Amino acid sequence: MLMSSSETISHAAKGISCSHCGEDCNEQIISVGQQIFCCQGCQLVHELLHQNNLGNYYTYEKNPGLTVQRRHKNHFAYLDQESVQQQLLDFSDGSIAKITLTIPQIHCSSCIWLLENLFKLRPEISQTRVNFLKKELSLTYHSEEISLREVIELLATLGYEPRLLLDSQGRDQTISVKQAKPYAKLGIAGFCYGNIMFLSFPEYFSFGKSVTPDLLRLFEVLNLLFSLPLFFYCSSEYFKGAIQGFKQKIININVPIALGIITLFVRSTVDVFAQTGSGYFDSLAGLIFLLLIGKFFQQKTFDSLSFSRDYQSYFPLSITKIQEAGETTVPVKELKKDDRVVIRNQELIPTDSSLLSEQCEIDYSFVTGESTPVLKKRGELIYAGGRLIGASIKLKVLKEVSQSYLTNLWNNEIFHKQQHASLTTLSNQISKYFTPIVILLAIGAGVYWLQEDWHIAANVFSSILIIACPCALALSTPFTLGSTLRVFGRNQLYLKDAAVIEELAAIDTIVFDKTGTLTHSGSSKIKFYGEHSQYEQSLVKSLTKHSTHPLSQSIFHSIQAEQQLTQNYQEITGRGIRGEIDGHEVILGSLSWLKSQEIHDQQGESKVTKNFDTTQVYLAIDGNLRGYFGLKNIYRKGMVQVLQQLKKGFQLFLLSGDNNREESQLLPLFQKANSLFFNQSPEDKLHFIRELEEKGKKTMMLGDGLNDAGALKSSSVGIAVTEDISAFSPACDGILGSDGFNKLNRFIQLAKISRHIIILSFIISLLYNLVGISFAVQGLLSPLVSAILMPLSSITVALFATGGIYIAAKRLEL
Amino acid sequence: MSVMYLMIFVSFLIALGFLGAFLWAVKSGQFEDTYTPAIRILFDDDEEIR
Repeated sequence: MLMSSSETISHAAKGISCSHCGEDCNEQIISVGQQIFCCQGCQLVHELLHQNNLGNYYTYEKNPGLTVQRRHKNHFAYLDQESVQQQLLDFSDGSIAKITLTIPQIHCSSCIWLLENLFKLRPEISQTRVNFLKKELSLTYHSEEISLREVIELLATLGYEPRLLLDSQGRDQTISVKQAKPYAKLGIAGFCYGNIMFLSFPEYFSFGKSVTPDLLRLFEVLNLLFSLPLFFYCSSEYFKGAIQGFKQKIININVPIALGIITLFVRSTVDVFAQTGSGYFDSLAGLIFLLLIGKFFQQKTFDSLSFSRDYQSYFPLSITKIQEAGETTVPVKELKKDDRVVIRNQELIPTDSSLLSEQCEIDYSFVTGESTPVLKKRGELIYAGGRLIGASIKLKVLKEVSQSYLTNLWNNEIFHKQQHASLTTLSNQISKYFTPIVILLAIGAGVYWLQEDWHIAANVFSSILIIACPCALALSTPFTLGSTLRVFGRNQLYLKDAAVIEELAAIDTIVFDKTGTLTHSGSSKIKFYGEHSQYEQSLVKSLTKHSTHPLSQSIFHSIQAEQQLTQNYQEITGRGIRGEIDGHEVILGSLSWLKSQEIHDQQGESKVTKNFDTTQVYLAIDGNLRGYFGLKNIYRKGMVQVLQQLKKGFQLFLLSGDNNREESQLLPLFQKANSLFFNQSPEDKLHFIRELEEKGKKTMMLGDGLNDAGALKSSSVGIAVTEDISAFSPACDGILGSDGFNKLNRFIQLAKISRHIIILSFIISLLYNLVGISFAVQGLLSPLVSAILMPLSSITVALFATGGIYIAAKRLEL
Repeated sequence: MSVMYLMIFVSFLIALGFLGAFLWAVKSGQFEDTYTPAIRILFDDDEEIR
């Protein structure tokens, strides 16, 4: 053992924090020399690091460590399988292997330092590299000397257990390729723009007098050359977008832009070859460069967040299967009907099965939102998604993972519908009317001038198409939405992409989940009804310490008292716990169980006022009923105000998987009696939202758990509410950190304002266009006027859009 | 004036050099993680703290 002789274990006092992880030492204090630890896990990591000269870990940040989650020794055994390794590894040639791991626990510079110095612990690991923003670790190791399992186990011992996904869906390798492109395109566009402006300047100022015609001619040809990559490489997205629009039979915003770019390029090229002018290459370059900047600005991505998780991200990858030869660990996906499996305390049930053990308690809060664990007896059906609380159990698998009750939700067509890029965006709608008008105007003016001279007619026709190119409109959208995304991000609302903002501006119905969304998940308010002294409280604290049951845990954390030694501790699944402390017999549990234990109700049961909106745990000491602990859900800070604000403008609904204990409390916050729904299954939620959507409502769904996944997906805007944004959240359009919950109303307001700002920017750009078109129809649009007018309107609009959003955000205190 | 031709050619070459350097930086992944290297540079080399 690594324990040194100076070690002492004492009971907790407030305010002492662990040298490793910095958490308060609530349960015990292990002090070794000058260091204090909250648990043995922390102590072991600390000693391991010191023995390997990795003490620097503690110098870069104060208490950087992580509480180590204890795992069964065979937990990672499935990583020894060839098929599993193939799915996880990026590269392997038999001796060297590379893998990229997602480690959500990475949070400070000490983490980076330790993970990048892993080779000091195990020289077989040759290189490690951290990407802090993506919370990724790329690792290269000698696979002949160290196995993948050992690598992962090492990380897990240090507290950095990676999030492993066997499904290739979760590992988007295409992302890095996609990300590289905007930089390269932007760089090349900037390069060409700069050079074209540089070569165009002599003409602006001398108007062809002081520079020799030869030189001007050279500049024109060079401009043409510089515009080639702009036209063929940098603006390809707009052409593709326009073609895509035509295929879907709509005129999207890309159509007029592509039209403008093509006209600019063709007209200028013809000018240069026919020597009729110097062309509009400067306008073309400026336009494309600004468009790409706008696109770049809008692409605010939250690297470490994933918006497309399905059930597979939640479930364990491996499970212990019982075979004739003994226990083996197999990937969950390989489970067949009638397999026998072992589930340990706190593990998830991966598929529908029946219970082989005597009895157990399952916590379904993850699936149903119901916060109290459910008691199951031998032979009963256990649905997938429950978490086991208590001793290990054996199960017989009834259905394969992909066919179980919970995963069936993902077989719903809604998860297979390919969602098209939003066609109803404002800019596309404007473009639908704007483009035909411009084309008609250009043809009309062209036909008019054709009576005089076809040269002028062609000139006027192309000039109108050039000046009417809605670059300002195309810029106002990304700058407005990009700024809004940033403001939202500062306030803990992280949206998948900018299109969600426009959807958010249009919603008229808001649907809430209860548990974890309106209430805090994992914490509840505890009140003792009855009388108990400080001494008796310490008895209860000592007893509950031994139970992992969530109710016991809640009670344990709610009591501030000394702990004492418990003897003859007993936990009866589904009933309660009992033990002897300091000569007193203490029993905690359900009323019916306590009664069967010959508890005398001295106070008289009637005296203990009943309060039916809480979960109750009764307490008896030395055979006398002392009262009960009532557990209430805690609602989020500011929930009442938020609901009252939202009630004015939106139709509100509540869909809860939980029972209706709290209906009377919640009812006043919603408009009508029939807007609260309890005992809703995941499918019920999905269908409810879908019916609303089919009635033409635009819904926003706020949920947290896997049970809301269908509803989140089928709503116009699905927002996952979470305490910890790097934790799991189901597939959604946005992730809302719990601190941002009370700003919900203001988020929607800002989304609406951003819509107005886009419309206003469009009016500004229209005014510029009118000036330009008045030049163009007279055939007076010189390259110089165009080169000034187009960037000017674009920059005005971009400034207006960004400024407008930041002022609006400030007013809304976001 | 013929020196102008030379200067334009040279300036073009220099600009092309910078563009090449930028594209190389993009390709080698320098823009993929803009945060971690800033922290990494602050780490000391193998200083032992016991």
